[in-house]
Amino acid sequence: MSPDGSFVRSATRNGTPPADIRSDLRLIAEMVAPGSRVLDIGCGDGVLLAHLARSREVDGRGMELSQSGVNACVSHGLPVIQGDADGDLDNYPSDAFDYAILSQTLQATRNPRLVLGNLVRIGRRAIVSFPNFGHWRIRAHLLFNGRMPITPLLSHAWYDTPNIHFCTIKDFVALCTELDITIERSLTLDRAGRPFALDAGGGLANLLAEQGLFLLRRRNT
Amino acid sequence: MSFSQPTRSTEAAPVRPSERPGRRFDITQPFKLDCGIDLAPFTIAYQTYGRLNDARSNAILVCHALTGDQYLAEPHPITGNPGWWSTLAGPGKVLDTTRYFIICANVLGGCMGTSGPQDINPATGEPWGLSFPVITIGDMVRAQRLLIDHLGIDTLFCVIGGSMGGMQVLQWAASFPERVFAAAPIACAARHSAQNIAFHEVGRQAIMADPEWCGGAYLKKGSRPARGLAVARMAAHITYLSEPALHRKFGRNLQNRQAVTYGFDADFQVESYLRHQGITFVDRFDANSYLYITRACDYFDLAAEHGGALANAFRDTKTRFCVISFTSDWLYPTAENRAVVHALNAAAANVSFVEIATDKGHDAFLLEEPEFFATLRGFLAGCAEHRGLAFP
Repeated sequence: MSPDGSFVRSATRNGTPPADIRSDLRLIAEMVAPGSRVLDIGCGDGVLLAHLARSREVDGRGMELSQSGVNACVSHGLPVIQGDADGDLDNYPSDAFDYAILSQTLQATRNPRLVLGNLVRIGRRAIVSFPNFGHWRIRAHLLFNGRMPITPLLSHAWYDTPNIHFCTIKDFVALCTELDITIERSLTLDRAGRPFALDAGGGLANLLAEQGLFLLRRRNT
Repeated sequence: MSFSQPTRSTEAAPVRPSERPGRRFDITQPFKLDCGIDLAPFTIAYQTYGRLNDARSNAILVCHALTGDQYLAEPHPITGNPGWWSTLAGPGKVLDTTRYFIICANVLGGCMGTSGPQDINPATGEPWGLSFPVITIGDMVRAQRLLIDHLGIDTLFCVIGGSMGGMQVLQWAASFPERVFAAAPIACAARHSAQNIAFHEVGRQAIMADPEWCGGAYLKKGSRPARGLAVARMAAHITYLSEPALHRKFGRNLQNRQAVTYGFDADFQVESYLRHQGITFVDRFDANSYLYITRACDYFDLAAEHGGALANAFRDTKTRFCVISFTSDWLYPTAENRAVVHALNAAAANVSFVEIATDKGHDAFLLEEPEFFATLRGFLAGCAEHRGLAFP
């Protein structure tokens, strides 16, 4: 499921050739052990899946809401099903994958809590990235303009945004604690997806990072 | 042409199977059917296109639908119409006959050369009629497996089919997973719904209500239930289309007249079209075959064969699946196809699933739908790469 916005992963949309994928996707790919089984939820037109298959010999599967995205993937030989994180994760058995990836999509799900629980259930590890609503620019926008923030990363008006469940990095960390999810790694990224040298647990990251990227697993495994 | 006097069909010369193109495979060993009866001997009529490679790894088995046959990529020997999948199969096409060895066999119980109720029962020297044993989708697939053995093919590169053909694909993948590298069930379901059974029952009742049916013994009596079979086809044909497609094609347009006639002639184009569909169908199809094959569909329930859980049918499967449905197909709607996808997910299978947007209804799988073709082409190309198939 890719909301039709600035977070849609599309090589064509960004004008970048598939070999040179977006910075945050490359960081995700670097978290994936070579030769593993991966489910990419909201895989768009398959840029990350193709990159993982090519560079890390991953057995990758995808899930995507848009017909155009699914068709693009399948017609390029990538195994992708039409479905969404809210409705189509329940059927997968536990530990079906080494990694379940949800990139820039959590905020667009109807029930992020259930989705997150499903991610760490069907994947031995989950990789989740999302826009940080606690970033100072968003806070300032709301404080000084009194209107819902529209930024380069969050480019929709409040009434037509697919992003219905925004959270801050702090909110996300708190939900992980509540769901007994261990954060193995966390990265804070700027708008271009370049990493900061800031611990995601700190208050400064919540103020300065535009995106959070987390490697998770359920506790007791 | 008046519907009440389908003269063409009654005058049509009986088609001699031996004069039709294609090949025949005769099986003499007793073949155990699901109903418990041993069938022997029997014949499978099949057609092939392209060349089997030295590694015998490029074979694609196409499973045909209810009223289809083995002539998918060549003119039909009776009607002269283009093969039913000639848009999809041929040199350079999605089912590229310069790359793949395409096999298609007439199903068991059919009427285009494979043994069915219109053939002679060797034990009595008379047409089988209703004494032909009731067959299932499983029986059809196990018979095809004998053919694949006969052709010396260990693993099929792909098994593909739409509608009832898709059911056979699912059965193949469930029964012989190690022999199916890739599977493409299209516009189908893992079981026949009550609505599916209901429509089939209408068709069967239409045939059996025709006095010419003679309790199924019409061949012996020299008659032919053409009207019943035509009505069955008319009813079924509606289920293959969609309301928008019918409206776009015919609307309320009148047939060769300026005003309604206040009678029961085919005033409307849609009536004329359906009558034509019915009349031409009886030239190429046997009424008892229609009973047997619709019954086989009705009995199909893959989950029931596996303890009620469809996922069990695909446990530990290595087969790569591509499930395709069409938005306006109300006969085998997307929800039924998605149920197959969910079961495959539950089995952690390698599966692709695409719902193609079209208003052409169930029939879309037989038509030139660019997104459908692109999906299938990409799926086959990806599978060929994993299978290590090298093409010149």
